[in-house]
Amino acid sequence: MSASVLYDAPGPKAVVRNRIYAVVGSLAIVALIAVSVMRLADKGHLAPEMWDIFNYAGIRQNIADAVLATLKAFGLAAVGSLVLGVLLAVGRLSDHKPVRWVATTFIELFRSLPLLITIYAIWVGFLTDYSMWALAAGLSVYNGCVQAEVLRAGINSVPKGQSEAAYALGMSKTQVMTTVLMPQAIRSMLPTIISQLVVTLKDTSLGFIILYPELLQTARLIASNTQVNGQYPYVSTIVVIGTIYIAMCLLLSALATWIEKRGRRAKTGIKVAPGVQTAGIPTVEDIPGPGAGGAGGAGPTDGGAAGAGVTKD
Amino acid sequence: MNVLLDNFPAFRDGFIGTVSITAVSSLIALVLGVVVAGFRVSPVPPLRYFGTAWVTLMRNTPLTLLFLIFFFVVPEILFPGMSPFVLGSLALGFYTSSFVCEAVRSGINTVPLGQAEAARSIGMTFAQTLQIVVLPQATRTVIPPLSSIFIALTKNSAIAGAFSNAELFGWQKLMSDKGYDIVPVFIWVAIGYLIITFTISGLFRLLERRMEVAR
Repeated sequence: MSASVLYDAPGPKAVVRNRIYAVVGSLAIVALIAVSVMRLADKGHLAPEMWDIFNYAGIRQNIADAVLATLKAFGLAAVGSLVLGVLLAVGRLSDHKPVRWVATTFIELFRSLPLLITIYAIWVGFLTDYSMWALAAGLSVYNGCVQAEVLRAGINSVPKGQSEAAYALGMSKTQVMTTVLMPQAIRSMLPTIISQLVVTLKDTSLGFIILYPELLQTARLIASNTQVNGQYPYVSTIVVIGTIYIAMCLLLSALATWIEKRGRRAKTGIKVAPGVQTAGIPTVEDIPGPGAGGAGGAGPTDGGAAGAGVTKD
Repeated sequence: MNVLLDNFPAFRDGFIGTVSITAVSSLIALVLGVVVAGFRVSPVPPLRYFGTAWVTLMRNTPLTLLFLIFFFVVPEILFPGMSPFVLGSLALGFYTSSFVCEAVRSGINTVPLGQAEAARSIGMTFAQTLQIVVLPQATRTVIPPLSSIFIALTKNSAIAGAFSNAELFGWQKLMSDKGYDIVPVFIWVAIGYLIITFTISGLFRLLERRMEVAR
């Protein structure tokens, strides 16, 4: 009956004990939230006037512009990182040693540097007056390296017989790559690619630091330029902007999960990799390969109860 | 006109700042991540929901936003005038804890089913099963992903530099404000980060070798 192999189906005593834990746990969580809200309310951060500022057309226009600015930077960075990713992946798998060497060095260097350092250097060094392009360029360079590694993992997961068969038919290297390997690699890695796009979307918030007027920068401008009841409405602005961010990221994560589920239904082709947001510099070993479905279920949007079990691997 | 030699004390402070904020926040992330992972597999539904909500929220929040929350909202809740170092390490630790939690949870999933079943059949409770049997075996599979999570944490600590912490990104900003050419500054900062990340991956490789067991 139990959902997990880590514990037995509870007997009468355990049911009582679990209920006590449940009540105590929920009370603790609720108390924590209640105390935070009360402390904030005490200092007047939750007063109606603080939220009233979002009724002004000017502030609404600011937020709409900021969403647009964030999406613009994200769109540029997404296209840039995917193009760069394909180029670098192909370069790293090239037969020519210099090309392979350049691609490998580029990938290894830029994905092990903090993104912020790269963006800041590009902004100060080359694109001081074009913060959007600096942000998009920095994001493209870093995420392009990650996407290249993801694609390389996908290409390597295509069974060797496929490319051998294509060569046997007399296809050229370019034809094998574009018509046999790439389509299958992209299809199997699509959830991982989209999860990396979620990371890209989150990282557009670094535009805050190079003064690009995206959502966070706008939030800070709104909060520090509007004075309500002698206080700055940081709390309400952060709540509103944070909700917008989380909603955008969750939508994109949901897309990744949907594609992953859809791909799993298909009976042909190689398996689809789980769409897991990798935290760091995903090396080929870290990227959950299409075969490693057993360790999955770690997708960003899976239900709590569903993922609670130990799966047989 | 050598950036590094002229400003070596500041660079050294920045380097130490990055190392210490990384160390403190990885400790927070590790403890919190394991606890939340325990919540997520526990038999108590509210704790499970809390774990899921925690991971979903933290993973889909940009780190910069989390820093804003910690610097503008949290001091109002707790007490004003907390040091940027504490706030920065808390923000980084909380953010990274969601990734640690997921790594630990998928590590738990790789422990063979029979182990947990055997532990249960000799009468161990959930806490005992997890502490004595499952988690020690999960450690081995969790170490490689943890290594890349902590390297990511090191890189993310650059954002703390933008929030008035003395660390390497702060040094880069300071030097470019002072009018030094950005390229050598970038190279030195890059070298500083590479030293830290290579040390972390080396340490974890050592740990991996120590923990290796013929199975």
